[in-house]
Amino acid sequence: MPTQKADIIAQLQRDILLLQGLRPTLNNAAVDVGLGPIREAFPDGVFPTGAVHEFISRAAEPAAATAGFISSLAGGLMQGGGVGVWISISRTIFPPALKSFGIAPEQIIFVDVHSDREALWVMEEALKCEGLAVVIGEIKEVSFTNSRRLQLAIEQSRVTGFIHRYQPRQLNTTTCVSRWEIMPVASEQEDLLPGVGFPRWQVALLRIRGGKPGTWQIEWSAGKFQPVDKRIPSLPQPIRKIG
Amino acid sequence: MRRRFVSIWYCQLLTDWWIRRQPELRGQPFVLAAPDHGRMIITAASQAAQQQGISAGMSVADARALVATLQVFDNIPGSAVKLLTALGHWCIRYTPVSAIDPPDGLMLDVSGCAHLWGGEVPYLRDIFTRLKKFGYTIRIGIADSPGAAWAVARYGSAAAPVIPPGEQLAALLPFPPDALRLEPAILEKLRKLGLYQISSFIDMPRSALRRRFGNSLLLRLDQALNVEDEIIHPLQPPEAFREWLPSLEPIRTATGIGIALKQLLDLLCERLAKEGKGLRTVVFKCYRIDGEVSEISIGTNRPSHQPVHLFRLFEEKIPQIAPALGIELFVLEALKVEDTLPSQDVLWKRSTGLEDTIIAELLDRITNKMGADTVRRYLPDQHHWPERSIRITTNLQEKTDIGWRTDRPRPIRLLPQPELVEVAAPIPDYPPMLFIYQGKVHRIKKADGPERIEREWWLEAGEHRDYYTLEDEEGRRYWIFRLGHYDPDTPARWFIHGFFA
Repeated sequence: MPTQKADIIAQLQRDILLLQGLRPTLNNAAVDVGLGPIREAFPDGVFPTGAVHEFISRAAEPAAATAGFISSLAGGLMQGGGVGVWISISRTIFPPALKSFGIAPEQIIFVDVHSDREALWVMEEALKCEGLAVVIGEIKEVSFTNSRRLQLAIEQSRVTGFIHRYQPRQLNTTTCVSRWEIMPVASEQEDLLPGVGFPRWQVALLRIRGGKPGTWQIEWSAGKFQPVDKRIPSLPQPIRKIG
Repeated sequence: MRRRFVSIWYCQLLTDWWIRRQPELRGQPFVLAAPDHGRMIITAASQAAQQQGISAGMSVADARALVATLQVFDNIPGSAVKLLTALGHWCIRYTPVSAIDPPDGLMLDVSGCAHLWGGEVPYLRDIFTRLKKFGYTIRIGIADSPGAAWAVARYGSAAAPVIPPGEQLAALLPFPPDALRLEPAILEKLRKLGLYQISSFIDMPRSALRRRFGNSLLLRLDQALNVEDEIIHPLQPPEAFREWLPSLEPIRTATGIGIALKQLLDLLCERLAKEGKGLRTVVFKCYRIDGEVSEISIGTNRPSHQPVHLFRLFEEKIPQIAPALGIELFVLEALKVEDTLPSQDVLWKRSTGLEDTIIAELLDRITNKMGADTVRRYLPDQHHWPERSIRITTNLQEKTDIGWRTDRPRPIRLLPQPELVEVAAPIPDYPPMLFIYQGKVHRIKKADGPERIEREWWLEAGEHRDYYTLEDEEGRRYWIFRLGHYDPDTPARWFIHGFFA
């Protein structure tokens, strides 16, 4: 019977997700990070918290856009006085700017380390710590084993982790729940006013476990994500299909 | 057992201390003064000032009229008691029972101590010469009762500071009634009645004395004559937070060291928890049988008396200990101890933000492995200059009254040093048309600015910056500034300072 078959497949998929460490969150416990249309790409339409997300950027400008996107997601997770840890090797994040992405900058603890090795150790320790809302690591190279360790650390604490890989040597397989690439897009002012508008990004969800990858254009304005109107022509950015 | 007391009177306690701190004041007339009802009242005068007729209680203006070159310093409230407490602790070298006797004296219970210095006279001479060497002018007296010692230190002759045992009555007779530590009202009454010496009223019937002067005169008299006991409150020397563990057999293994450490931590933490204190810095010393000492130390971000957490911090460092032939003694010493904040048990688990202990414990682990300067937290600072608009705080609890400014655009990535870029800006004070950064040409499509940020001239010299927010044709956003004013003769210097999201 076809319906039964579909049920069985859905059940199996849910079981696989569970085995992969992706636990479904209860509806009232789910944190809404306000991703708008992107939410449909996630399994069950809920942004996966308690998992590691991977972000790729290949130049300084996309790195800034990625940092903005990560901090606006983290801002949603840190609502109500949560604490975040931001690990980096050569940090260029300017704390006052985080405020405009919904983060209270004094709630972020910056950890400056010297190598990927140290960064991974700190990230693993931080991910084990239940008192944190979010852990952000700017780590260049993450091997499969490393990502596995991070995943295991998370399974107890249910902390959300973000790995920002700036100019990675190669895009290897990881156990991260998703892989994103954020590019800056020309901003647009209302009513053709002169000047620079709100930050606007092209968000490419290259990989998502149990979901549907896709590409969207969104704008961060008035403290939340706004989908960009379709009539604005998207830029001819080649999206590499990876993973 | 016959008890003996030494009273030390610092004749010039505060001024001597000032001379100790500023030796150039020696022999100079100077006073300490505190405001009182809108006037500056002298609280202490140096010896040179006293010789010229200045005394405590005068107003500074009057004293200046007497001595034009008078130097006036602010009196630090509470400094006398603090100083006396320190001196009292120092005097524990002479007797275990040392008490402060405000406003300007110390009282030592020296029963059974003096013979160690070869008798009372050499004992007093030793105290006198040592304190004299520090720069303190003191008078000293020894007697059977604290009252008699007090009297002989202040009113007896400096040549005869010792009242032999049981002879306090004869010694007290010629002293004025002030020597009995009486209240000013009683002293006034005695003086009015012409009773200038203790001998003139000591033989009066006790009932008559009580009727006229109250009970306190009799009490003081009895205390001085050693009829009535007087209780002194000795200073308690702070006990160092230190635990010892000698081992029967020399210990050479990491497991053995770990067990020793755990035992010591349990002992120390139990004591700390009882006193409501927590460790900030601890050192663990291992005394080896070859005479060497191997030590490791840890620090915490907030006071902790959790043995499990502290052990985890130490655990990382145990491999650094070289046991060589074996360790025979372990010493755990807290170098820095602070009061712990009272912790409250939570009814249900929820995020408590930065006050959460597990976050502090996480940071302890990170700082112990990576170094103290790895962990940073930022608070806003009241400066417009971007590099100075934030300040680092090491305290997890510290909060700020100033909010974060969001009225001006600030880039999410700020370069540690602004980098020079080549810019084509045809119109003065207009945003540039294009700029070249790292060999790449960026044509500007949209721009905001300028936002002029002046250099804070009271902190550093230099030119102001005119910041522009730029967006190039590919939608990438930059923060670029021109240093100084536009000048047609010299090419403007432009810098890139950050990237917007």
